[in-house]
Parts: sequence; structure tokens; C-alpha cells
Amino acid sequence: MTGRIVAVFGNLVIAESADRVVQNSIAYIARGDGAKLLCEVIRVRGRVADLQVFEETRGLRVGDAVEFRAEMLSATLGPGLLGQIYDGLQNPLPQLAEKAGFFLTPGTYLPGLDGARRWRWTPAVQAGAAVKAGETLGSVPENMFTHKIMVPFGLRGAYKVESVAPAGEYGVEDRIAVLAGDAEARVDVRMAQRWPVKRPLCIARRRLLPAEPLVTRIRIIDAMFPIVRGGTYCIPGPFGAGKTVLQQITSRHAEIDVVIVAACGERAGEVVETIREFPELVDPRTGRSLMERTIIICNTSAMPVAAREASVYTAATLGEYYRQMGLDVLLLADSTSRWAQAMRELSGRLEEIPGDEAFPAYLESRIAAFYERAGQVELPDGATASLTIGGTVSPAGGNFEEPVTQGTLKVVGAFHGLSRARSDARRYPAIDPLDSWSKYTGIMEPERAARMRALLRDGHEVRQMMTVVGEEGTSIDDFARMLKADFFDNVFLQQDAFDAVDAAVPARRQRFMFGKVEAVVDCDFGFQSKDEARKTMVAATDLFRNLNYAAEDGPDYAAILGRIDAFIAQKGRTQ
Amino acid sequence: MRKYYDEIARIAGNVVTVKAGGVGYDELAAVVSDRGTSLAQVIRLEGEYASLQIFAGTQGVSTRDKVRFLGHPMQMPFSEALLGRIFDGSGRPRDGRPEIDAAPIPIGSPAVNPVKRRRPDKMVATGIPMIDVFNSLVESQKLPIFSVAGEPYNELLARVGLQADADIIILGGIGLRHDDYLKFRKTFDDGGVLGRTIMFIHTAADPVVEGLLVPDLCLAVGEQFALQGRRVLALLTDMTAFADALKEIAIIMEQIPSNRGYPGDLYTQLARRYEKAVDLDGAGSMTVLACTTMPGDDVTHPVPDNTGYITEGQFYLRNGRIEPFGSLSRLKQQVNGKTRDDHRAIMNACIQLYALCRESREKRDMGFEMSAWDERLLRYGERFEARIMDLAVNIPLNEALDRCWAILAECFEPVEVGIRESIIAAHWPAAPRAG
Repeated sequence: MTGRIVAVFGNLVIAESADRVVQNSIAYIARGDGAKLLCEVIRVRGRVADLQVFEETRGLRVGDAVEFRAEMLSATLGPGLLGQIYDGLQNPLPQLAEKAGFFLTPGTYLPGLDGARRWRWTPAVQAGAAVKAGETLGSVPENMFTHKIMVPFGLRGAYKVESVAPAGEYGVEDRIAVLAGDAEARVDVRMAQRWPVKRPLCIARRRLLPAEPLVTRIRIIDAMFPIVRGGTYCIPGPFGAGKTVLQQITSRHAEIDVVIVAACGERAGEVVETIREFPELVDPRTGRSLMERTIIICNTSAMPVAAREASVYTAATLGEYYRQMGLDVLLLADSTSRWAQAMRELSGRLEEIPGDEAFPAYLESRIAAFYERAGQVELPDGATASLTIGGTVSPAGGNFEEPVTQGTLKVVGAFHGLSRARSDARRYPAIDPLDSWSKYTGIMEPERAARMRALLRDGHEVRQMMTVVGEEGTSIDDFARMLKADFFDNVFLQQDAFDAVDAAVPARRQRFMFGKVEAVVDCDFGFQSKDEARKTMVAATDLFRNLNYAAEDGPDYAAILGRIDAFIAQKGRTQ
Repeated sequence: MRKYYDEIARIAGNVVTVKAGGVGYDELAAVVSDRGTSLAQVIRLEGEYASLQIFAGTQGVSTRDKVRFLGHPMQMPFSEALLGRIFDGSGRPRDGRPEIDAAPIPIGSPAVNPVKRRRPDKMVATGIPMIDVFNSLVESQKLPIFSVAGEPYNELLARVGLQADADIIILGGIGLRHDDYLKFRKTFDDGGVLGRTIMFIHTAADPVVEGLLVPDLCLAVGEQFALQGRRVLALLTDMTAFADALKEIAIIMEQIPSNRGYPGDLYTQLARRYEKAVDLDGAGSMTVLACTTMPGDDVTHPVPDNTGYITEGQFYLRNGRIEPFGSLSRLKQQVNGKTRDDHRAIMNACIQLYALCRESREKRDMGFEMSAWDERLLRYGERFEARIMDLAVNIPLNEALDRCWAILAECFEPVEVGIRESIIAAHWPAAPRAG
């Protein structure tokens, strides 16, 4: 199936073909110098197909040959994905660097999995067994996991295992089983299989209502605006409010099996940080390098735009694949706005009628479909597994009323809105406790969290009022309440990501601290003057902060805790 | 001998459409008219027609003018001889000296593979406390100065260029006032760095489209030097003019504008330039410092807004000072943990207290009673502004940190500043509190 280029405009190429053209199938353009550029069919009108090219289109000419393939844009799934650094089309970047040097030369593609690597295969079925798509044929060890090799997900109907390879060392492209279908059809099964990235991969008995808290070890999230395994959340915020840092901390400390980081249209430097740091960081839960549980999909802002659009789907597909194996997966997409902008750029070139801010009319449904790929499921073998999706949003001008933020808010279960005012005041993480919400239940009882939210709201109201009536016009009770809200904010909501201890707080310690903070908030100090109130609360804040910095098994911890208990006993006549 | 095409079908804005076959996308062409020859670039191919953006503008171009395609995209001769030279937006000498005779390099190379980037970890000392202490500049960082007309942003840029220790300085001027160009040249000349400076200057009097090439020329040349192991500092001013030129072309090409007339790919276009800032693994680096003027002092304007999402922080220059709020260096954490142990503590405490001082000022301005605490904050704010924030202050980092401690000790008790005990114990000045 071939065609010819008739027009080139940015990354959009229009080609004419007399043959059958499949919507969303891939094609290769042969550039004059012999390079082959990957592209995807995104619209067909008569004999004319519109292609989005995943590379720079420099040097393409009218008349260049286009070779259409039957396959859709697909990811390769199999052992060896963990620890990889891919571009949006699943090309392994370290291997590309070995081949092409410093630059990402257009037209250089490499297989997603290393075909030379051997895996220790243990079959789990015998010849004659009846199997269906997604069922386990055997497994190989991959880092700390047992990587299940499953019946190709695309197979329909019942199959019988005709033969299965004996235990031993195999490569991902070696045949490890032969399946026989009803109609004499034989299927060779290899460890690696392909799946079209834009189609959700979910073979499960049923979807569950996500309810297990996903502990991120970030206090404001776990205690106040929790996320759950299989849930979805978004982090909108203006630039400089700390979206990416928050995502990085989450990818590092979240208590989850597999983390997939999709750096979509963001800075290359941030990816480099993850690439360089993760191999050296040890996951305290497994004692192994963090990189061993992480996959990085990186299509940074300078890389071709169309591949940016593909990158979030590639990431979701890899996440779904590991979920299919019974694992809990967290997908962090940074930033979904760049993905939406990629859609907008293309939509503009296609001359579609624009919606709000020139985004295409299908923006919202695409966002919804993406987040719907998350979920906790009961797999055919009865195990539960989950894919959690957290996406950052970069609203233009920091204004949450824009289409991408609004489209996202409609479909997610938790909203962590970052505020510039908080980041300017160095109150990190800059999640705004008044605006943010979560529909999930986390590690704290909802009523206790709600009580603290009420305190924050009251404190905010007093502060607002004080800007009108002044400190002298504020009653001492109101004033004390405001100080208590500040205290809670300072010692619990804020967290120092660059401190070894404070950066990640386990759920147990969070609950303990929450209790101590409640004890101080519940104290009736009986303040006589505002200066006294301020002094007392500053002292309390100082004590708690020092406690936050102290390791539980460190030398100061017990002493500071003792001072805190003494403070509560001495200063407060508990109501 | 390449073929000439003379069937120009359409002339609109700075774009002409010519009937020509076998032309490559992005290819360069020469348009020969009565006014002389000007360069043009292919920006759209459609059947037998190619649309060209003409860098010198289309004034005086006729439907019978000749177009000759050069068979390659934009290039720039590259050699050591570039040092000390000044070029215009099309890469032609502007200093009256001969053309550079060297092998050309392509402009607008593909992105650097992220795995070939190093983690930036070298601080660029500028002697400006608001940068060194609070938002350290890091080698290979991309950072804009957000400012408005009338602020001394070009002076600040020149000062950083002069004081930062870089092997090569590349200045790109887009829509630069001629006076400013002369000032830059004088500053660099007086500072004795002109010999390692390369300038690509597009002034406000030059055709608008020519300015589009300036960032690409600067960054392509800088990248080559970085590949050779040099540490390059690229200074670009003013990127808003660059974005406006993009807007002009997009509108002529009848692209659907996304926000205030700017094209939907503004983010991508800016990112492709800024992302050239790099610390190459096994080679040199390029740091990019740019100016972005904010029309109407509005940071939500599409140009500063998109820029902020791309760059690794931003400096706000307002009232002749680098604003502590909003200004941010995202890479500072990579370097400020390795300077002095109190660096981060001072950085956070001074800004938090200054934020509180601003609140107290608001209260005071509304006529409310000032508490003893407010009075202390006000005193602190004044001293902090005069001795740290003022752009005239030019002291090394450690001296700046000591000065911060002194100001804190003059105004507060140790428990009030929100710094942990161990650091207070080591650094709180022993001298008695001044009144």
C-alpha cells in the first residue's frame, strides 16, 4: 500500500493513495535522503489521507513515497520494560544515544525491548490446557516482580495450548508456546506482544470501586486530599508553583509497585534529574534501586509534537500491561496541557472548527477517555490490581477556567490545586487547602480532616476580616483561631521536600502527628494579649517543626516530643 | 546551476507563493527582485505550489520576480573566526568586515537526546545577591527576565554577561533599539569580553521576519561551541519581539489563532529554542538568559505565560529590583546545598519574613495599629531592601549570607525567624542586637 505526498505543512503531510487506507494506521514516509519517517493516518477524505508525522518534516518533498501499514500505533509489551527510558514512540533513548550520538536524528527507530537479553522462563500451563486472552502461560523474573507472560490480549475466543516451551532461558522474540484456535488457526506466542496504544487494555472480571488509600507520604495529600489505588487526580497550577517537584516527590515516595513517569512536552532537564537520580535512590520498601520499578516515557518540549500526543497513550498502555499482571501501578503525566496543545496544533492544521481557545471540540472526551483508563480491577484470576493516573495541568495564565483544567476536573476524583500565593510565600507543597478537594477517603477519618479544613477556613476568614477591621478590631478568640490555623498549616500541611526526614512521612507517623497537632489546636490557651498568643503559637510551631526534621530513631526525637507534651500539658487547659 | 522559478501566484504579508516543483520543506530560497536578493524559507508545500516567508519582507516583490531554491535549509558558516564578530538577522556581517569563510552548520538541529544531558550542578556566580542567594543561576539553565519597557533589563543582561564566567558570550538582539545595541557593544568592550563575544543583531529598523532567525542562529552557533567543550552563555533580547514575528507569519498563513492572535504552537516554537540550553555529557554547555517584556505588565499574556512554563524559572525585574516573589530559579536546589550549610535556611527565612513585612505594610497603609511584631517586620523590610535587594549591591555569596544574618539579628529573636536550632546555633551573629 503506497502513496505520494501532495502537501506538507508543519508536521502535517497530505498523501494520495489509490489503495485501502486504514484510519489511525501507521505509515512511513521515504525522505529524499533515504530516511523513513513514522507517521499516523488521522483523517481520510476520498483518496487523500492526512498524516501526522512524528518527526520534523524538514526536507520532505511533494511526490515523496508513503508506505501505509495495516498496524496501528502500538507498544511492545514484555519483560524488560521496567527501568527503561523511552521516547513517546517507545524508542529506548540510551540505545538511541549509542547509535546516533547527542541528537535525536529523525528516522532512527529501535525496538522497545532488547531482543538479545535472556529471561528465565517458567511455564505455568501444560499442553492441552484451555486458555483465553490475558491468561497466564508462564512467567519470568523481572527485578523484584514475577513478570507474567500472558496469552496475547488481542486473541478472541477460546484456545488450547498445543505446545509450551520447557523451562529455560529465552529471548523476548523466541516462541514460548503455540496455541490452537477453533478454526485450525495456530498462534505462535512470544514473550513480547504488541498492543495499539490508543485502545484501552483491560481484561478483567469487573471494575471495582477504588477505596484503598495510596500513601504518597506527603502529609497534605494523604491526610487532607487523599488519592486511592485505581483513582485519578489532577494537579493544576501556574508555572513555578511546584507541579513537577510534587510529581517527582510522588514518583519517589509513593507506596506502589510500579511507577510510570510520562514527561510530556515538559523540560528535558527535569527528566534528566529523574534519569540520573533514580538509579541511585533506594526504595526502602524493597531495598532496591527506584529505577527498577520505574519506566520513564519522555517526550520533552523540544521533541516532535505529534509524538508528544502519542506519549501519554504509550504510558497508559504500559501501565495497563503491568496492571494485567496483578500489580498496582501509578502513572504520573506531566503535563496533560502539553498533550492537549499537541491536539490543538494538529486540529488547527486540519482546519477543524475550533472550540474554546482554539482547542478542538473533542478535547473533553479525549481527556475523559484518558483518565478512564485508570481503575482498580478484579483480574480473571481473582487478584486485584490497579492503575492510578495523576496528571498535572498547566493552565494558561494560571487561570483554572480554561478548557483543559475544566475538562479534567469533571472526570477526576481528586483535585490538588496549586496556588501561586502559597508558592510565593514558600509554603510547599503549594496545594491550596481551601480550593482543593478529594472524593476519596485517605489515612485520616473524614470527620477529623473536615474539622481541620473548617479551622483553615475560619482562619482564612479572620485574616480577610482583619484586613478590613485591623488587628485591634479582631477579638482575641478569632485571633487565636487564626493563629491555630496558621500553626496547622505551618507544621502539618507544609513539608520540606529537601530534608531527609521531612520529605517522606509514613502513614503511621502522619496519624501520630495529626493527633498531636489536634491536641494543640484543642487547647484553650486563655490568651490575655495578642502578643502573648503570637509568641505562644510561634513557640509551638518551632517545636513541631524541629520534630518534623527529627528522625524517629534519632537522638533529638524523644527530647523534642517531651517538650511538645510538656507544652500541651502546661500551656493548655484542654477544653 | 539551479533553476529559477518566476511564476509567483500570491504575495501577502511577508509570504509569497510560487509555482515550483521538487522543493523540500524548510528549504531556503533566494528571491531576486529590483531591490536585490533576499532570503526566504519554505513554510508550506501544496501540490505544485510552495509558500515562502521572505526575511526582508515582500515590499516591491513582483509577480515576475525570480525565485531560486538553494537545496538546503538555513545555514551559518562556523569557525573560531566568528568570535568578536557582529552579524545581522540573516547571518550577514554587520560590522563591515568580510564574510566568514568556513564550512556551514545547519540552523535548527534536532533535540538533544535527554540521556546525553548532564545534571546541571555548577553555580554561575553573578555578584547579585537576589540571584546568588535567593535564586542561584546554574550553568546550562534557561531563564528569562520578565520585565516591562523602561526597566533596565538589557543592563541587567549585560551585567550578568560580563560577570558570569563563560568561555563564549553570544548576544541575540531581536527588534533591539539601535541605542541598546551600541550600549551592549560598549559594555562588552569596556569589560574586555568583546573578543569572545558573537553578536547577532536585528534592530527595530530591520524587516520583522528577519528577527525570527536570530535565536536559531545564536543557538546553533552556541551549540556547536558547546559540542566542542566550551561553556557558552547565550543572551537573547527581546523574546516577545520574536513571538510577535511568529504571530505575524501565522496570521498571514491563515492559521487559527489560539490566544490573543498568537498561533497554537507558540509553546512549541519557544520551547524548541529555550530547550537548546544544555549541559552535554562529555562536552560543553550552553546557558540561555533571555528578556521577555510583558505587554501591559501582564504575566498572563501568552508570551510570558508560555515562556514561564518552558524555562527553568524566571526573574521579575520591577522598579529596578529583582522581585523576590515570583522570581524563581528551578535549578537552585542543585547548587545551593553545596555552598554553605546555612544557604537554604537563609534563603527561605528571609523571603518568608519579607512576605510578612509586605503584609504589615499593607496593614500600615490602611491605617491599622502596628503591633511590636509588625514594627520589627517593617524595620527588617527596609534593611533587607537597602542592603540586599538593591541592584547596585555587588558582593560575593558568602558575604551576602553574612549580611542576611546580620539583618536578621538586628531585627529578630532567634526563635522568630523559623530557622532550625542547629543552624541558628552555628550562624546567629554573636553581636548584641542593635536597636
